[in-house]
Amino acid sequence: MSEPTSRRAVIKVDGLRKTYGSLVAVANASFEVLKGEIFGLVGPNGAGKTTTMECVEGVRRADGGTIAVLDLDPLRDAAQLQPRIGVQLQQSHLQKRITVREAMHLWAALYDRPAADGDRLLAQLGLAEKRDAWFMTLSGGQQQRLFIALALVNEPDVVFLDELTTGLDPQARRAIWDLVRGIRERGKTVFLTTHLMEEAERLCDRVAIMDSGRVIDVDTPARLVSRHCPDRLVVVATDAADAAIRFGSIPGVSRVNLVDGRYEIEGQNDDLTTAVIQCVSAHGMRVSDFRAVTPTLEDVFLALTGHSIRD
Amino acid sequence: MRGLWHLAWLELKVFLREPMGAFGTLAVPALVFFGANLAGTSIAPQRFAGSEFARTGLPVLAATFMTITAVLSLMTIIAIYREGGILKRLRATPLRPLTILMAHVLVKLALTAVTLVVLALAGRRFVALPEGVSMVSFGAALLYATACLLSLGFLLASFVPTARFAQPLGALVLYPMVGVSGLFVPVEAFPPMLQRIAQVLPFTHAVSLMQGIWLGQPWTTHLGDVAALFATAVVCSALASRVFRWE
Ligand SMILES: Nc1ncnc2c1ncn2[C@@H]1O[C@H](COP(=O)(O)OP(=O)(O)OP(=O)(O)O)[C@@H](O)[C@H]1O
Ligand SMILES: [Mg+2]
Repeated sequence: MSEPTSRRAVIKVDGLRKTYGSLVAVANASFEVLKGEIFGLVGPNGAGKTTTMECVEGVRRADGGTIAVLDLDPLRDAAQLQPRIGVQLQQSHLQKRITVREAMHLWAALYDRPAADGDRLLAQLGLAEKRDAWFMTLSGGQQQRLFIALALVNEPDVVFLDELTTGLDPQARRAIWDLVRGIRERGKTVFLTTHLMEEAERLCDRVAIMDSGRVIDVDTPARLVSRHCPDRLVVVATDAADAAIRFGSIPGVSRVNLVDGRYEIEGQNDDLTTAVIQCVSAHGMRVSDFRAVTPTLEDVFLALTGHSIRD
Repeated sequence: MRGLWHLAWLELKVFLREPMGAFGTLAVPALVFFGANLAGTSIAPQRFAGSEFARTGLPVLAATFMTITAVLSLMTIIAIYREGGILKRLRATPLRPLTILMAHVLVKLALTAVTLVVLALAGRRFVALPEGVSMVSFGAALLYATACLLSLGFLLASFVPTARFAQPLGALVLYPMVGVSGLFVPVEAFPPMLQRIAQVLPFTHAVSLMQGIWLGQPWTTHLGDVAALFATAVVCSALASRVFRWE
């Protein structure tokens, strides 16, 4: 991963605000998406992810703040912007009796630019056998995959994917992750939303954590974890004498507890695991169990908002 | 207008795949036409065949129903597309609202033309084409009037909250217009106030144009109707592309 600051921002959102009557869906969202990265907007249901993304796409009108995509205003410059972006909405439909192939052809006909290889896209998305099926006969996951294919037909510079793997089985999910990484490989930018922290952690170069209409923090998953969840935990089961003293003298260790014959070593050192392994080998301890517990984005979310993402 | 022909062709195919799609378009005007004929001829065969209504009223009545069917079905389709999120998905593409309108207008016109041909062929036994009137000219009048009135349907579709309201709202707006259009009672027979109202309603001009052409009058007599219908199309399309709601 290259240093983000050296790259150009293709999406700039500053002070975005959107209300529905008295409900404030997005209170104040500011962030930048850099060229060539996979950027994720993560947060629980109702956080305002879709609203934010749809304002950026120009599908929804914001009430306040400024948005620039490829230096264009999504609403005012829609005609110039639309050919350069690809959009998959969280919820949408096509004509009931349109076939997969017809939808791909129609989309290709709407753009000036040379279309992507539709057959390859469909094959990649596991829709090759469904080419002549009507939209209404596709399963939910197949419809979802068709919408991802449609978002890529015009070889867009920026791809928007709202809840890209919702409703997909693990195999399809993995295939789509590969597909998204492939988009990045071609130098394109991906802006996605997900409420799956695991997906954000494994797929995104940087994530914005969103809760109750606000963007709380933006960074790489690793840096978010080390910033907000500095505590590390290593669990070691050993019968070595004076293990407690030896573990306690490792730099950065704040506490050592003995629970059920296992030592729980807590500390704020990012390299705590390495330090413990070195300690174990230096003293020739016999170890019957070893486990490093690393915090995840899930824990970051809890630390930032005080509640779990599933609440 | 990129994608217009592609979208129109696709919409036609999708429409014809619907179980009631093709049948519904053909059936309503056909029922009106043959129903009235059957009723008329079975009550008083001699009197009906020679009556004013059989010679001039019936064909124009059937044609007006073709227009109404087209407008109502356009409203319903747009409402269904909006409710189903299809329009929202199209919004994030380079498609413009007017392109979507035009595509549906083309589909409706094609279906109206087919209905007319079917009725003309099947109806030869009942209604003779008046002296000096060409079916092509009458067809052109029907298609022109329908095309212009479809823009009204598109405008109305912008206000329909859900697909379920499309038919009732359309009927509420269209049927009174047809009632005072001169189709059943000549406009000249109305009180002055109602005449003035009738004159600004587009259906009056549609009926006047179709009646005139059917009676063998030249198009030049109806330039006023042609212009009024054109104005309707321009105003409704302009308004519709402003108030058009994608969701
Ligand atoms: N069209 C609308 N009208 C009224 N309220 C809306 C509308 N769309 C969204 N909201 C409200 O705005 C808030 C944010 O919704 P949004 O869809 O942006 O959330 P989200 O983060 O995408 O959630 P999810 O994970 O469920 O997709 C919610 O409280 C929702 O109820
Ligand atoms: Mg959402």
